[in-house]
Amino acid sequence: MNFWHFVAQNKFEISDLTVEHLTMVGISTLLAVAVGIPLGILITRRPSLQKPVIAAANIVQTIPSLALFGFLLPAPWIGDRAGRLAVLALTLYALLPLIRNTYTGIQGVDRAVVEAARGMGLTDWQLLYKVELPLAASVILAGVRVAIVISIGLATIAAAIGAGGLGELIFRGLAMVNNDVILAGAIPAALMALAADTFLGWLEKRLAPPRAA
Amino acid sequence: MAEAVIEFRDVSYHLSDGRAILRNLNLEVQRGEILVLLGRSGSGKTTALKLVNRLLGTPRGELLVDGRPSRDWDVIQLRRHIGYAIQDVGLFPHFTVESNIGLVPTIENWPKDKIAQRVANLIKLVGLKGDVASRYPHQLSGGQRQRVGVARALAADPPILLMDEPFGALDPLTRTDLQREFLSLQQKLAKTVLFVTHDLREAMLLGSRIALLEEGSLVSLSSRKDFLASPDPLVKKYVEAFGTVVELFGQRGTP
Repeated sequence: MNFWHFVAQNKFEISDLTVEHLTMVGISTLLAVAVGIPLGILITRRPSLQKPVIAAANIVQTIPSLALFGFLLPAPWIGDRAGRLAVLALTLYALLPLIRNTYTGIQGVDRAVVEAARGMGLTDWQLLYKVELPLAASVILAGVRVAIVISIGLATIAAAIGAGGLGELIFRGLAMVNNDVILAGAIPAALMALAADTFLGWLEKRLAPPRAA
Repeated sequence: MAEAVIEFRDVSYHLSDGRAILRNLNLEVQRGEILVLLGRSGSGKTTALKLVNRLLGTPRGELLVDGRPSRDWDVIQLRRHIGYAIQDVGLFPHFTVESNIGLVPTIENWPKDKIAQRVANLIKLVGLKGDVASRYPHQLSGGQRQRVGVARALAADPPILLMDEPFGALDPLTRTDLQREFLSLQQKLAKTVLFVTHDLREAMLLGSRIALLEEGSLVSLSSRKDFLASPDPLVKKYVEAFGTVVELFGQRGTP
């Protein structure tokens, strides 16, 4: 049985698992964006929080993924379903690049621009959404891009706790010692990561503030 | 009768480590004058300026703007009441010239046609051609950027202007052009201007009065005419550093 034969025979399962994979990555990325970007903004306003927040996100990042799934298992509601557990773990991993890039992006806005904006009488809120966020957008997006690429890879491990996704095929292939089955899971995941990386890279360039030639 | 628009009464400012940046500054800026704060780097001139629009923390002493303690003002209202132009300009790189100049009127909810008209007028007023309106800051020369900076500071027609070495980064020819144009602009608009510089020539060209600061203290305050005659040794040092009295005074002719 060769690779294409396997894919053709199992195309419905593969596409279902791909959708499952995408859903996990999509939901976790949205959650991470919803938490990470505001946290990144918060630490530009409260410098005393910067070190502890970044350190916490860093520590999460160092926990091996299988162990993190294990640690989260006893959590109420979350632990009831493997899917929830996987989404939470992926969200936690995606936080660091989002927080860090939001912080770096906003700190990187030209001080003279910020001073002029304050001096003109922009409120904190206006400064944020008219000046800082647009100018930091490409750096923040670079964080989203890293987070998504990491998540797509990590989500394959979620199959180990029964959360589904393309990891299913990889683990099955490992158990069967069948490379074709492994590839049927690995190749779509890799393509997904490549596509996301390329698209977000393009968007990042579009959003970069105009600079002197 | 002269009327003080900005008043420093015994204003001192210390950093959080206790270092004094300004010591007991007493100074009045009269309506319609250009008061130049002259001093070397670290003399406290920029600090004095930024206390007026509250970009720094609260100082000791009393600072009045239009007769009202600056800390009693709503900070946003205070800043919109005061135009602010700085050496690095700080134009918004993601906005066109037009949007840069029109930002404060926009957030103050002026009607669109009034903003467009105001922006077009200002572009002309600061000596730019109308076709720069749709350009981005990185497409402008240094002199053009600074003109846009001045236009932006004037956008909502504030009665007071704070200017921190706005022409400091320009080449000498462009700088002289802008200084002269600013002077004639000021004669037209009669804004109250507090102007920071380390350049005696600039002070002599623009100032109605000149306040010399050194290490956070006011050393000398006099009209442009009397400044060079001051017996203060620091003033003498300045004059020596910048050339002869005649040369300096000749720039603007007789007052």
